[in-house]
Amino acid sequence: MRFLKMDLRAATVAAALTASLGLAAAPAEAKVEGDTIILGSAISLTGKYSTNGIHAQNGYELGVKVINDNGGVVVGGKSYKLKIVYYDDESTPARGAQLAERLISQDGVKYMLGPYSSGLTKAIAPVTEKYKIPMVEAEGASRSLFTQGYRYLFAVLSTSEQYLASSIELAAEIAKKNGKKPSDVKVAMAFENDPFSLDVRAGVVDDAKRFGMKIVIDDKLPRDLSDMTSTLTKVKALKPDLLVISGHSKGAATAARQIAELKISTPMIAMTHCEAAKIISKFGAGATEGILCPTQWAETLSYKDDLFGTAAEYDSLFKKSFEGYKNVPYQAAQATAAVMVWKDAFERANSFDSEALRDAIADTDMNTFYGGIKFSPAGNNIAKPMVLRQIQDGNLNVVAPLKWASSEARHPRQPKY
Amino acid sequence: MLDNISILFQAPIFAVDLLVQGLLIGGIFVLAAYGLALVWGVMNVKNLAQGDMVILGGYVAYQCTLWGIHPILALPIAFVVLFVLGWGVYAAIIRRVVDRDMFTSLLATFGLSLLIQQALNLRFGPEVKIAEAGFGTFDIGELSIPAIRFVGLGLAAILAICIVLFMRNSRMGQAIRATSQDPRAARVLGINTDQVYAFTYALNAAICGAAGVLVAMIWNIQPFYGLVHSIRAFIIVTAAGLGNLPGVIVAGFGLGVWENYSGFIFGAEFAVAAVVGLLVVVLMVRLFQMYRLRQVVR
Repeated sequence: MRFLKMDLRAATVAAALTASLGLAAAPAEAKVEGDTIILGSAISLTGKYSTNGIHAQNGYELGVKVINDNGGVVVGGKSYKLKIVYYDDESTPARGAQLAERLISQDGVKYMLGPYSSGLTKAIAPVTEKYKIPMVEAEGASRSLFTQGYRYLFAVLSTSEQYLASSIELAAEIAKKNGKKPSDVKVAMAFENDPFSLDVRAGVVDDAKRFGMKIVIDDKLPRDLSDMTSTLTKVKALKPDLLVISGHSKGAATAARQIAELKISTPMIAMTHCEAAKIISKFGAGATEGILCPTQWAETLSYKDDLFGTAAEYDSLFKKSFEGYKNVPYQAAQATAAVMVWKDAFERANSFDSEALRDAIADTDMNTFYGGIKFSPAGNNIAKPMVLRQIQDGNLNVVAPLKWASSEARHPRQPKY
Repeated sequence: MLDNISILFQAPIFAVDLLVQGLLIGGIFVLAAYGLALVWGVMNVKNLAQGDMVILGGYVAYQCTLWGIHPILALPIAFVVLFVLGWGVYAAIIRRVVDRDMFTSLLATFGLSLLIQQALNLRFGPEVKIAEAGFGTFDIGELSIPAIRFVGLGLAAILAICIVLFMRNSRMGQAIRATSQDPRAARVLGINTDQVYAFTYALNAAICGAAGVLVAMIWNIQPFYGLVHSIRAFIIVTAAGLGNLPGVIVAGFGLGVWENYSGFIFGAEFAVAAVVGLLVVVLMVRLFQMYRLRQVVR
């Protein structure tokens, strides 16, 4: 009996081995099939990042569809269509890295689009680097991605340290306007203890130092954040001029709610992920009045290109193409922009060689509905600033930088709790 | 750190604020911990899915708000839903591990915890949810305290009193206590211990569900937030000792207050660390107490 069992096990192992060998041997050349260029992406379709992962996938798909409908990608005088192969990374970095390996070595993908989140990008970048496969990513903002010397990684979005830095600048401007010195400004910070939020924090600390501002609170919020009472009590006690918060959607939701409940009267509050957490609809326009929210992109900006038209036109096309969107998340817009970078690079390189394409991507200098795209030698986009919006009577209005501001910043904040 | 302590002395109002907020939140901790003590004491099952049942109760409240039911009314609904579910879980899983060693029950309830998390994630998605009760804020002098916290404490107290009365006076309550003292003797006396176990586990799930409704109203819920609630419940029960209801109450409120103070003094990142640190201190004190006790006995 025991022998029989052993035999069975051996047979299964043998079968699995042959199967995997067979798989590995089958498709090696899948980068361009007929008149279709295949791009690959591991993306979070399930798990904790699935909401934003799906936004990103929709952004990719809209980019592919519009490019294909408008003559495709022209290489060597011939028009090619784009197609993306997706795998679900289940929001786990280890799985993301495996899937990137599989896309490249088994499916033969030579052109990669990024996953969702900095963590997943961090896991996948070493793989694409190993195989020298260029990856244009749209959802990994962590500054640490661009200090590793990666040669094949390019990001269309602004890096995380810029997220809240503009609020420091705004606080300095307002202080000057009111006849005070920027160095008199007291800053309170509450950041989640994760790589992304700590990057955002680093940007704030740098800028606060530049102006000589005093940091009076520097709390790190736990990952499973549901109560900020102790931090906010400290804010009440120390009365800072500016409160900055970053902790993904849960941080924004918790903060917006408890700021109202505890009637925090800080004149200026800035936080990331306002839109993702839907704080206006959840807690009301009165309670969230005056909160500053940074964003990568807004449909009210005057960016435009030939393919999608203006930011507003992209916005309405996206809403028409996908059901259930009241607002178009910037995660989708930047994903579309990443597909546009690939099209532009293919046409300028006029080749399918990944090395030539890498160089073409590095030389990118284009204007899109999402903003300018030009990569630094490290691979991050330096042509597009973060914009700061303020909740004014329940609407998000751009208040900084001044070049794109549609309204003036309201200071101090006048919430109705 | 010293700056923060000096604030508390210079402006005692904030010390009072933290104390009140902590006490108000402590009631919820007491509920979940009492449920755990019940299952642990009666069945010797260490329920690692305790916090996930709390979160599950929160999602019942959230679902009710989607249907237009006020979250306060969701409390009895969550109680009943989780009771039924708890009974089902007992019949399907816990019955098979109740007589096995500790690790089997730990493993089984850990699996259950994962199952609940992933099911909630599939159904409701990973974003944080709130069951908004819309009670606004209470202003007492300089203190602003969310009214829902008072309501939450009141509801927790009512529920706790009901459970205590039930355990004291009802037939089933007596049977549960008898079984926890000596299951064999209870069986000899004609108590259907299997049914007692099922009821105990279901009651625990129901208590967790009710606590979860309060959590969803006062804080927020997310499929993966169960773990902190489990840890808190284990800390309270360990510190208080099994079958020590006054101890559980004191430890629960103490934990709420200590979490707030340590968050204020050491920074929010150390709030949980401070709680676990406190547990270490409590365990060491207990160890010395027992050591002395042993010497006396000798």
